[in-house]
Amino acid sequence: MTILAQQIVLGLLLGGLYGLAAAGLSLVFGVLKVLNVAHGELIMLGGYGAYWLFALLGLDPFASLLLVIPGSLLLGAALFLALFGFVVRAPEETRIKNSLLVGFGLALALHALAVRLFTADDRSISTGYGGAVITVGPIAIPVIRLASLLVALALIAALHLLLARWRWGKAIRATAEDWQAARLTGIDIRRAYLLAFAFGTALAGAAGTLVSVGYSISPSIGLEWTLKALIVVVLAGLGSMLGTFAAGLFVGVAEALSAAAFGGPYREVIGLVIFLVVLVLRPQGLFGRAR
Amino acid sequence: MTTERAWTLGILLALALLAFLPLVAPRDDVLNFVFLVLLSITLAQSWNIIAGYAGQVNLGHAAFFGLGALTARTLWIAGTPVVAAMAAGAAVATAFALLIGAAAFRLRGAYFAIGTLALGEILRTTVGNALPEISTLPAASIGAYRLAPRYYLALALAALSVLAVAGLARSRLGLGMVAVREDEGAAEATGVSALALKLRALALSTALAGAAGGLFAYYHISYYPSHPFGPGWTFDALLMTFIGGVGTLHGPVLGAVLYVFLKEYLTVRWVDFHLLIFGVLFIAIVLLFPGGLVQALIQAGNGARRWMARRRGATT
Repeated sequence: MTILAQQIVLGLLLGGLYGLAAAGLSLVFGVLKVLNVAHGELIMLGGYGAYWLFALLGLDPFASLLLVIPGSLLLGAALFLALFGFVVRAPEETRIKNSLLVGFGLALALHALAVRLFTADDRSISTGYGGAVITVGPIAIPVIRLASLLVALALIAALHLLLARWRWGKAIRATAEDWQAARLTGIDIRRAYLLAFAFGTALAGAAGTLVSVGYSISPSIGLEWTLKALIVVVLAGLGSMLGTFAAGLFVGVAEALSAAAFGGPYREVIGLVIFLVVLVLRPQGLFGRAR
Repeated sequence: MTTERAWTLGILLALALLAFLPLVAPRDDVLNFVFLVLLSITLAQSWNIIAGYAGQVNLGHAAFFGLGALTARTLWIAGTPVVAAMAAGAAVATAFALLIGAAAFRLRGAYFAIGTLALGEILRTTVGNALPEISTLPAASIGAYRLAPRYYLALALAALSVLAVAGLARSRLGLGMVAVREDEGAAEATGVSALALKLRALALSTALAGAAGGLFAYYHISYYPSHPFGPGWTFDALLMTFIGGVGTLHGPVLGAVLYVFLKEYLTVRWVDFHLLIFGVLFIAIVLLFPGGLVQALIQAGNGARRWMARRRGATT
């Protein structure tokens, strides 16, 4: 029983990162109506950013968030201007199709680039406080992962506030709702697209930083994280950042439970099961609205 | 005779001529290279059916290639005749495809792409975890290994995939798929069942991919069971189809031939760097030249004809 409780706690902590990873993807998908399957590679790049800041400058990974997030913001803006800005010009059906293809090509290119630049080795940041745990009864909670969960939650809450209160946040939501109507009211929808993509990439960079400290990164983690994020987005539905975060926690716990029930080698299968069950029973997702 | 028909005949003629290659040039390096081209043609055509004709982007094509390989390898090593083992591989791949398709095709948008991507990646991880050991043929089979039957099987499968697409393009089924690709709503309004058509396209596409996986399993002496599930196979299929021209009969064939040459050349020169080049090339084709080589040929032909006409106009 204790082992199971421990697994669930670890699942929750990992699930928080799934939620953060999915929030960026969900924002981009909801606003631009493009599905960036290179999202996991953006997470991977963020992780390397934090890793090198730590390895070369000795910067604490939580402090390096202050550099990785703005860096990712710029990377996102550049990717939008260079690639996805062209994709969004197409009508909606072509747009989604092209975004899948472009994202897939981008994922491969970034993966190859990372192998070339950073080698295929697994890396992780080990800080002085890396081994610290808080024990609650028989359950041990790693401090770093708990801190990561709190940072993830804080970032999601910040994004939520930004979208709810800020002028351009409202413009982004209006564009997501109905871009034609948004344009008629005078919103510069290209700027809303640009901002949404940049924010999505920034969240990916932040998620990557947290992955590099609590877990490990390598050039090939991209697809795995894209997939986790996609499954969370399908489960949550579009439109609610906090709902996405909750769905991330759910997926983390579901994985932990399935690993306990069927053994470690089969823990990934639960994602596919969640995907199929959601499509059949509740295609708009848990927190999405039916169209 | 239409151009489409001329291309079909030309490609089949070329494949027929390749049947004599083992007699003319019985060199292993030549046959291995052509084998790779033939396997690639099958893989590209199989992706072309679902994505090019039916318009559904499959991002986990490797799942079906891998399932075919896993099933065929297991059965073949256990003593099943290789063609039966490949057929079983095709059947297993199709069964998994229909499971994903039946759920994901009821909704439009990205669900099918997500589902196939998930299937591919999850199978790769799970097979890698459950079967971490390299799969090697038993010593007796290695001793009896001959390249010729593998080569002819690849040739037959490539010809089958070309014939399947040629037949599809001219059939009601194929026309229905194109209608669904162009405008699903309009197709449904004219009484076409989009779901049924997409499922049939998927079944045909993944059966070919599964058979190609079986061929891979029959060809290689040893490989990691998770290798054919890797996303690289999906990307190969996408890139070959797009280089040549998606949704055409001859595009994927041209694309496969060109791609295998390019890949061999670049791999020798830049070991693992070629994937970066291909990734960028692929994005450029999708964004700037979505018709691929086939469209380039048509445009070049039109340009030449206009130029000739202008010259004729100038002289008279």
